Amino acid sequence: MSIRIENVTKTFGKFTAVDKVNLDVPDGTLLALLGPSGSGKTTLLRIIAGLDVADSGSVIREGEDITRQSARDRKIGFVFQHYALFRHMTVEENIGYGLRVRKRPKALIKERVDELLKLIRLEALGKRYPAQLSGGQRQRVALARALAAEPKVLLLDEPFGALDAKVRQELRVWLRKLHQEIHVTSVFVTHDQEEAFEVADRVVVMNQGRVEQYGTPAEVFERPANPFVMDFLGNVNVFHGRVEQGKALVAGAALAVADQHPDAPSAAVYVRPHEVVIQHEQSGNASLPAKVLHVNPAGSRVKVELRATESEQLINAELTSERFAELGLKSGDEVFVSASRVRVFAGNYVI
Amino acid sequence: MSADAVIIRLPARGPGPQVPASFVNPHTDPAWVRWGLTGFAVLVVGVLVGIPVVNIFYEALKEGVRVYWDNLVADPDTRHSIFLTATVVPIALVANIVFGIAAAWAIARFKFPGRTLLTALIDLPFSVSPVVAGLMFVLIFGLQGYLGPFLREDGYSVMPYATSLVGVFVLVVLYFVFRPANPAARRGVWRGPTWLVVPAASVVLFALSVVVQKRLGVWPQGESLKIIFATPGLVLATAFVTFPFVARELIPIMEAVGAEEELAAINLGANGWQMFWHITAPNIKWGLVYGIILCNARAIGEFGAVYVVSGHIAGQTDTMPLRIEKLFQEYNLPGCFAVASVLTLLAILTLVAKARLERKIPSAVHEATGEGGS
Repeated sequence: MSIRIENVTKTFGKFTAVDKVNLDVPDGTLLALLGPSGSGKTTLLRIIAGLDVADSGSVIREGEDITRQSARDRKIGFVFQHYALFRHMTVEENIGYGLRVRKRPKALIKERVDELLKLIRLEALGKRYPAQLSGGQRQRVALARALAAEPKVLLLDEPFGALDAKVRQELRVWLRKLHQEIHVTSVFVTHDQEEAFEVADRVVVMNQGRVEQYGTPAEVFERPANPFVMDFLGNVNVFHGRVEQGKALVAGAALAVADQHPDAPSAAVYVRPHEVVIQHEQSGNASLPAKVLHVNPAGSRVKVELRATESEQLINAELTSERFAELGLKSGDEVFVSASRVRVFAGNYVI
Repeated sequence: MSADAVIIRLPARGPGPQVPASFVNPHTDPAWVRWGLTGFAVLVVGVLVGIPVVNIFYEALKEGVRVYWDNLVADPDTRHSIFLTATVVPIALVANIVFGIAAAWAIARFKFPGRTLLTALIDLPFSVSPVVAGLMFVLIFGLQGYLGPFLREDGYSVMPYATSLVGVFVLVVLYFVFRPANPAARRGVWRGPTWLVVPAASVVLFALSVVVQKRLGVWPQGESLKIIFATPGLVLATAFVTFPFVARELIPIMEAVGAEEELAAINLGANGWQMFWHITAPNIKWGLVYGIILCNARAIGEFGAVYVVSGHIAGQTDTMPLRIEKLFQEYNLPGCFAVASVLTLLAILTLVAKARLERKIPSAVHEATGEGGS
């Protein structure tokens, strides 16, 4: 089922948590609400579930306005950040609770609980209590509990936030697979851009209660709508310069701009670390001289820290280990830096 | 306790790195400090608590079990005092349980103007002297009090209104508790606009109830309704003094447990009633029992406030503590100690129950933080 959010606003005292947000979640998508903490993503999720009431605006499920419906009747599953498992109930009782309060026959509940236990691969632990489970297991039980009542929409609040890196990675893959199997429209909240890009097929970037960008992971990553998104999606080098005839002029170097951009007397020029090109020779006026400060060869990519000779600005670069070996860089080397891809945002953006 | 704790922390001797003689373990004090402190504590507790408690039972049972039993049940006034305490305490307890849960719920789950004031007011009975509390009720309901003349002339005339008001209030609460949340599913009495149905039905039911009660003459007419120097006053005073126990016990537990499980239940389709009985009640269960035990102990032993409102009428308004005082004044020491021994026994039972529960409550709160409990 699709979900549409129209002009939703929510304030807590003087703080505006959600500010006139419009959003479309098409049927069957797995959408990520991505943003820093305090950006209003959890509040928006709770408004969709009916756990919070919006000050204005409406929530529409498949053409039906459910803004005034209570959380009970919305049939929207919600997985809480800290799972909120019923601590005095066993795993089985937890999963079956949604069916129990809806007065389904016992045999049917048992059947459905067994089915879900199999789905979350915890068949042997049905009689355990939440306190006897690991974090990853609790997360899966919370998910099964939300799925038991066959919700039309599934909402997950920071589903992997409280787990360690390895379990988190496993669960991401598992959630992706699960979504392919059951195909229920899902929205999850995260502050981890890697997680959003890996799991979701649509990403919404939020900041200060507003939607900054909406699109597929590739769209959002390749074409950030504004400096905030650019900056939020991983490391980026920011230069200040101007734009003339399709070139960004930064500290004496003229860098080719990826997208058509009108001339601007003042612009912020963004280059991602992996788009920084390091060479030993100067190539025309498209590069600026810099000095290697530090090399960190650990990890799949080599991280290099440089300082521009003229402007003394720090530049972060990431190289493949092949390219690194080719260049034979070490700290103290004098090199020339250019960019394989440059994005420009004119005007005075404040991040 | 403290001695145990110190001894357990002594490092294990034997194999392992050799400890130089000059090494002073920061976890242990010299033997004379440990034994000195322990001895002092035991001495104080023994003199102030142990000997008097044992003495109560000794004095009560000095002349044999038979005499002890006679002292308890042969005297009709003593018998009545036991009966009165057994009446007053449960009523006060039930009132405080209902109020305590409601207040704890309001304070732990909602933000509203006056929340801090309510929290402070709940503690008031702890800080006000019980005598003042009793006096307060005398000033309101006593013969010279604000409502005194009215209550004396035709006190029961207020009863049809009071009972109808309470009845209508309960019905309104039940109406909202059982109302289907989905407007489409509302049938019967739940149809129609709430803002019209509820006030209109309340007024009609209230009027009906008052008229019926008056017509049938349910309550005596032209008689005085005694509150002070009667059981209602004892209940009021006892309930007031023990008012904070349940709420104070529940508020921190409900705050620690948080509202998320309750929201999860609602999200899964539970109504308010189901949510309370399936989720909230099991979570606050032990805290509630603990609060009830403390409340009960205090209610049974209450002396000051009850002393003021009771008027000390033997066989009518004397509760057990008041009876003990009276027997003592009459130099009936065996009788006095017999009743006292019953109260002491109840206190000891309370302590045992409390100690057993204290082990359960920290784990309940601990689990609330999401950390693995057992």
